[in-house]
Amino acid sequence: MTEMIGAKAFVRSLEREGVEHIFGISGGALIPICDELLDSDMRFILARHEQGAAHMADGYARVLNKVGVCMATSGPGATNLVTGLASAQIDSSPVAAFTGQVNRDVIGSDGFQECDIIGVSASVTKYNVQVRAPEEIPYAVKTAFHIANTGRKGAVLVDIPKDCTTLSGNIEFPEKVEFRGYRLNPEPDPHELDWAAKILAEAERPLIMAGGGVIASGASPELVELAEFLMAPTATSLMGKGGFPNDHPLSLGLCGMHGTMEANMMVPKSDVLLVVGSRFSDRTTGRIADFAPNTKIIHVDIDRSEIDKNVEVMTRVVGDAKRALQGLTERVKRLRTWEPTTEWRDRITEFRRVYDFENENNGPYLRAPVVIRALREELPRDAIATTEVGQNQMWAALHFDAYTPRTFHTSGGLGTMGWGFPASIGAKAAKPNVPVVDIAGDGSFGMTENSLATAVEEELPVIVVVLNNNVLGMVAQWQRLFYDRRYSAVKLKGTPDFVKLADAYGAEGVRVETMKDFRAAVRRGIKADVPTVIDVPIDPDENVMPMVPPGMGLKDTLMEAD
Amino acid sequence: MPPSTVSFLVENQPGVLFKVSNLFRRRGFNIDSITVGALENSNYSRMTITVDADAKTLHNLIEQLDKMLEVIKVKRLDPLRTVRREMLLVKLGTIDPMAREDALRYINNQHGLILDIDDENIIAEITGEPEELDQFLGYVRGIGIVEMSRTGVTAIEKGRLMLGE
Repeated sequence: MTEMIGAKAFVRSLEREGVEHIFGISGGALIPICDELLDSDMRFILARHEQGAAHMADGYARVLNKVGVCMATSGPGATNLVTGLASAQIDSSPVAAFTGQVNRDVIGSDGFQECDIIGVSASVTKYNVQVRAPEEIPYAVKTAFHIANTGRKGAVLVDIPKDCTTLSGNIEFPEKVEFRGYRLNPEPDPHELDWAAKILAEAERPLIMAGGGVIASGASPELVELAEFLMAPTATSLMGKGGFPNDHPLSLGLCGMHGTMEANMMVPKSDVLLVVGSRFSDRTTGRIADFAPNTKIIHVDIDRSEIDKNVEVMTRVVGDAKRALQGLTERVKRLRTWEPTTEWRDRITEFRRVYDFENENNGPYLRAPVVIRALREELPRDAIATTEVGQNQMWAALHFDAYTPRTFHTSGGLGTMGWGFPASIGAKAAKPNVPVVDIAGDGSFGMTENSLATAVEEELPVIVVVLNNNVLGMVAQWQRLFYDRRYSAVKLKGTPDFVKLADAYGAEGVRVETMKDFRAAVRRGIKADVPTVIDVPIDPDENVMPMVPPGMGLKDTLMEAD
Repeated sequence: MPPSTVSFLVENQPGVLFKVSNLFRRRGFNIDSITVGALENSNYSRMTITVDADAKTLHNLIEQLDKMLEVIKVKRLDPLRTVRREMLLVKLGTIDPMAREDALRYINNQHGLILDIDDENIIAEITGEPEELDQFLGYVRGIGIVEMSRTGVTAIEKGRLMLGE
């Protein structure tokens, strides 16, 4: 035990967890901690809004598979983190938030910058706790990291009253923490594996759908091995993108509301569907009754509460995806006595639609899918892409191929506009030597564009491709298709000049009107020392297709809007 | 079908009841009653809820509770092998001698206790299965219920069945 103030105990605790980067903003309740940080090697990356700090930590966490740390002061600082924590939590990303709080004797009196962040954040975190003494800080930090980074990962929050950081205590750093109610069950039950493998081995039209759990558990190699042995076409959810290489012959791409034709047509036709680490989001399944009505569904998930939550399945394997896939592959190889034909696999090409991209331009506009495919070509295979939310996100999911896990990141569950740009800054901090691109729309970029100040200041030269249609495009698309073109609250007439905006922040801004210029701008951006904002004017009437109309099933996927 | 009874063991810490009730609210589970009390080992509390839900909702509720870090063990109690008890305190208006006579008879039939009695009211304590309390309230409604309070159901399984390890 050592005598030290709480702030020092806190900083030492973070160091003991291997923290190298902290994303955050200071404030009254954090002054003692920020003071201690001056004597630490950890790098504090100063955000311009706490929401941005949380998204940066989230992007960082997703790229490195390591807990991302964000920090904010009490009251508004803490509440500004909430959207970021909710985004991380629903996408199972390990993010730890540390918030300042008013002094203990002021708590409950509506003091200046006091907010009950424990109450506020309870619904959007895996765990949260308020420390009540300096001595509790190391245990709380250790607990937060342990819970954020084990089992189904998620967001955690530790609230620290200011006087707990200024007062001294007899500090002890625990080696481990224990929670009787926190049971980790990574090892799948052999009986569940036996049963699932038996069904898989008898499948004539097997299909695999991979979710974010495949990436979280590092199970991509096992997934590819099983898919190849079964000759099973493999789709991914939005969160699973990157878990199965998009250029693999068995890849179906995205399944769901804006899934590919081949994925959406083949899922309902499969006789056995193996779903790995996916929670059957409504955006992935479409109308549940039509999802896979005559299919035997096997659900692999580390979170037992996900089984039968949204879709009732035939059988389950609870456990870590990597171990489950290893167990299944080993059994299926033993059990299957016949050689499958290529007939089922060959149907991928039957359903696949080749996009007509002969016309790069659409009047004065560039076409978003063409832009995104060109972006992919200009970037190395290991480049990292983040997306915003809306049309840009769905175009990116459809047209930006991901080849390896942790190279494609998006706010899949919460659908947070403004997520991608700060997340890209976190990604760049995690992997400074890899090009990082945020595929954005003008609406989303406007929500967190002030993060440009952080990117410039911290020398994190990300590239932002703004697909600029001066409209909240996805909502406009729904209004066009389902509301008789009655556009309400979507037109962004006041969108700023992004070239001037970038310039004002000390970043590089460029507007492109041809594909040649676009490719050149990307190439310059990869080499630049400052962030690059590429403004790409696109047609406000362009739709993301294919699309499953809301309330319909995957089989009702439309290729054309009319 | 009577409502299901679910018991669970939780860490006896501040905020746990909030987190449990927040979960019910967030996931849209409608709870009929909830009771809480510390165990002989005061590190733990036992909570018991009654909930009128279909099988799927009940399954989801149990899984979500089980996932909570503060919840150590959760179990749906076997309805055929569980004793359930609830207590009712009820103040009956008994100025009318006939009403007073009826009230005393009903209380006596239900093996209730009379906790207080004055010129105008009787306060009775009735303990039993929740359905018995419902039935009792049906009888005394005509007499006039001035105020009442129910504790919610607490329950324990028979024989070797148990919640803890």
